[in-house]
Amino acid sequence: MRIHPRYTQRLAVTILGGATLLTLAVLVFIIVFVLEKGLPVVNFRFLLTNAEDMGRSGGIFTTLIGTIVLPLLAIIVAAPLGISTAVYLTEYTLETKVTKIIRFGTDCLAGIPSIIFGLFGFIFFVTTLGLGWSILSGGLTLAFMILPTIIRTTEEAVKAVPKSYRQVSFSLGATRWQTVKRIILPNALPGILTGIMLGIGRSIGETAAVIFTAGSSLRLPTSIFDSTRTMAVHFYILAREGLSSENAYGTAATLIIAVLAINLTAYWMMGRFIAKRS
Amino acid sequence: MTGTHQDASIISNKIEINSLDLFYGQFQALKLVDMSVQENMITALIGPSGCGKSTLLRCLNRMNDLIPGVRVKGKVLLDDSDIYDTSIEVAELRKRVGMVFQRPNPFPLSIYDNVVYGLRVAGMRNATRLKEIAEQSLRAAWLWDPLKAKLNHPALELPLDQQQRLCVARLLAVQPEVILMDEPCSALDPIATMKIEELMLELKKKYTIVIVTHNMQQAARVSDFTGYMLLGEMIEFGQTNDVFTKPTKKLTEDYITGKYG
Repeated sequence: MRIHPRYTQRLAVTILGGATLLTLAVLVFIIVFVLEKGLPVVNFRFLLTNAEDMGRSGGIFTTLIGTIVLPLLAIIVAAPLGISTAVYLTEYTLETKVTKIIRFGTDCLAGIPSIIFGLFGFIFFVTTLGLGWSILSGGLTLAFMILPTIIRTTEEAVKAVPKSYRQVSFSLGATRWQTVKRIILPNALPGILTGIMLGIGRSIGETAAVIFTAGSSLRLPTSIFDSTRTMAVHFYILAREGLSSENAYGTAATLIIAVLAINLTAYWMMGRFIAKRS
Repeated sequence: MTGTHQDASIISNKIEINSLDLFYGQFQALKLVDMSVQENMITALIGPSGCGKSTLLRCLNRMNDLIPGVRVKGKVLLDDSDIYDTSIEVAELRKRVGMVFQRPNPFPLSIYDNVVYGLRVAGMRNATRLKEIAEQSLRAAWLWDPLKAKLNHPALELPLDQQQRLCVARLLAVQPEVILMDEPCSALDPIATMKIEELMLELKKKYTIVIVTHNMQQAARVSDFTGYMLLGEMIEFGQTNDVFTKPTKKLTEDYITGKYG
């Protein structure tokens, strides 16, 4: 029996629209839920004082610092490494078995659970290299965790730059590196930034990889060899040990707001960049 | 293929192609092509799609090098030196033999930055010199008057024919000796096409031009020499008048009279 196209069309719109609505609803629900429980605790005092009594009282200042420093270090390491790799793979090598294997490898790496990275970081950076629980160990571990994401997004962004730009550039006597520097990277920048933002987002919210490598010290770190605690880890410990659910939600709310703020800034920067160029 | 002796009456050959074969992997796209390009003349390559005319054109500035799996046999002499010789610096060759592409393809930069791109990659930093050459090049492409007030505007906002002439100006800025044009008017309307053709006639006073065109009338209008290609072979080559009015080969005649193609 054939259903009239008019009805299948209506059905399709209902299902597709419904799915979108459901997604949106879940997202809004999570954000509202966390903010509702957390925001009452959040104020300047909460943000700018240290945790007391394991976090039962006091603020989250040192974890705020940890949350800024760890992803920052991760990006400083991963961005140049990832962008260089991606440019090399797309611009300097032909599509061969080897590049396919490398690409498959990065895809697999992107899918590895973060706790495995944590374990690897613990064994390699913390123990073998003797870096201890430190910002350095944590930052490097996060860098390796987000590297595949940055490589893949950069690759896509670089591939999306029209072939004709390369041809013209070569035909005017430019070398491959000049073409990459002057034409390809500037045009791929919005895509590359998206990858970096994704990387920052992933590392800000990370707990498993961080807790094994950067530790969970609540003291204010004075060098990259000190242990630190991020907001995500703080939230995990507060909730898990049942220390203070108010402060746990306060931390979660701050984290959500921070991620939103970072994303909005990135979009704004990208918009400005695109407007400036065209 | 050594010591091709030239008739004293012939003007100097800028480019000399000797028994050129080109393979894309297993597929042979050019078969023993011989052709000579004379200085300050327009040489047109015509033929149906897939006949190898664009491939031949791209051999002249080694753009085919960018395609994986391409092999070239034979010789292409530019001022008597083989451009496929290992001692040749490809970037330098491409500055001498520039190219205008099928679709206008300015970079997404300002008009000025487009024109001076080639100079900048060649390492020129002197701002006054850059401006001088930019003006000269835009003038030569008849763009100075319409565009001099908006050099900082994005090049992609220009109408297509101005974009294409901007691509010519961008090329002239690197002071090439030969200009290769790969169907430069195929994206343009008849009026814009006419302007490009007039420009070509002006440019041939200083440059040697090789143009690939789908449009036989265009070849007849602008070129001094015409090569007719089919399935990778140069069927006929000679003065444009002769090729169009008294072709020596049946294949050429049938193509020109529109029996196939």
